[in-house]
Amino acid sequence: MDSLVERFRSGDRRALARLITRAENRSPGFAETLDAIYGSTGRGFRIGVTGPPGAGKSTIVDGLAAAFRAAGDSVAVLAIDPTSPFTGGALLGDRIRMRCTEDDSNIFVRSMATRGSLGGLARATVDAADLLDAFGYKQIMIETVGVGQAEHDVMTASDVVLVILYPGGGDSVQAMKAGLMEIADIFVVNKSDHPAADRLVDDIEQMLELRARRDAWRPPVVQCVATERRGIAELVLRIENYKSAREAAGDLAARRRERREAQVRRAIEEELALLLFEKSGFQDYITRELDRRRPPYAIAAEVVNLIKNSLKHAI
Amino acid sequence: MTSEKIRVLVAKPGLDGHDRGAKVVASALRDRGMEVIYTGLHQTPESIVEAAIQEDVDAVGLSILSGAHMTLFPKIAELLRSRGAENVVLTGGGIIPKEDVESLRTLGFARLFGPGSTTDEIAEYIESEVGRRRAAANH
Repeated sequence: MDSLVERFRSGDRRALARLITRAENRSPGFAETLDAIYGSTGRGFRIGVTGPPGAGKSTIVDGLAAAFRAAGDSVAVLAIDPTSPFTGGALLGDRIRMRCTEDDSNIFVRSMATRGSLGGLARATVDAADLLDAFGYKQIMIETVGVGQAEHDVMTASDVVLVILYPGGGDSVQAMKAGLMEIADIFVVNKSDHPAADRLVDDIEQMLELRARRDAWRPPVVQCVATERRGIAELVLRIENYKSAREAAGDLAARRRERREAQVRRAIEEELALLLFEKSGFQDYITRELDRRRPPYAIAAEVVNLIKNSLKHAI
Repeated sequence: MTSEKIRVLVAKPGLDGHDRGAKVVASALRDRGMEVIYTGLHQTPESIVEAAIQEDVDAVGLSILSGAHMTLFPKIAELLRSRGAENVVLTGGGIIPKEDVESLRTLGFARLFGPGSTTDEIAEYIESEVGRRRAAANH
């Protein structure tokens, strides 16, 4: 394990890839490794990319990657696709659209499966982003599964969130509006060569008038035709504007702190779940009580009380 | 909570444009519970190997119908070795004459799957090979 960290520190991409796998698998020692590289994180900028399926997320990411590379920045991409709840398998196809990686080893692309996580990201997304950050990647893009119910995940995982929409998305876009308003820092209307694109831009602008954000930032709306890389330069500019404005306001630091708090909470939850349901007898107890026709909340309350009592002795 | 998924890269090296077979195999492996990364068409050996490294896959499956397998397959095997990834299970399929299958066997392709192979055979081969190599690596 330690030699892997050494190889990671010396710039070995294979060691980086291995460490991401360990974080994904929650392999023994993965937490210590992440803590060991924690001091080197915080230099990369994390860009979350979300939007409905077919909006062009991967193509936008490809365009941004090319633009960042042209400016001399190293680029990493985490592309997340869903795991089948039935077989546990996943088909990860985002590399197909990332053509700019082909002869450029300074772009690191990693496909991740959600493995049962529901928020549009994989459980180890923040861990993988930390590894990429500590490795030295300057621009780190996180592409979500699509728009789910819990977009809060991509918000805490990223420094900026791009929401990609497209004209003709119709009802799916309508239905998502509420959730998207809170998380979008920049809107991208892709496929803007479509006649209905201006209309969608107007719709978004109107919604922005109605909805107050918790901060002073007003999300800009950028029009793109990603397949032709039109609008990408403007998008890069908007991302830079956002970064400097939020840094100046102190919001970026607040957001990163929020991310770490969520990470600590999640680590505690994971450990406790393991302790409660796999290492102790609670699972058997729950099954037994249910068989005796005891109602679910009563069982839960009793288990929680038992834990509370044992905590009293510990603290 | 520790879980080790089998990760497989399915790749189309070279210039032929037929990827129905690759997609069928990719879907079948997914349905066996593997995480399958599909690269799309027209990949160079260099890009396939770089993808295999970045994705940290346990196996690489190559699909080829163009006849260039004797050039491309050994090149990929050699690049993987040079990157220290010789532990990756290397296999493939397509239209490959018997005598070439024999030569490729000595070049790192212990088994290839031609027409008539079932997706179950491919999946079982990958599962057992990956299992064997993981067990060996842990000792």
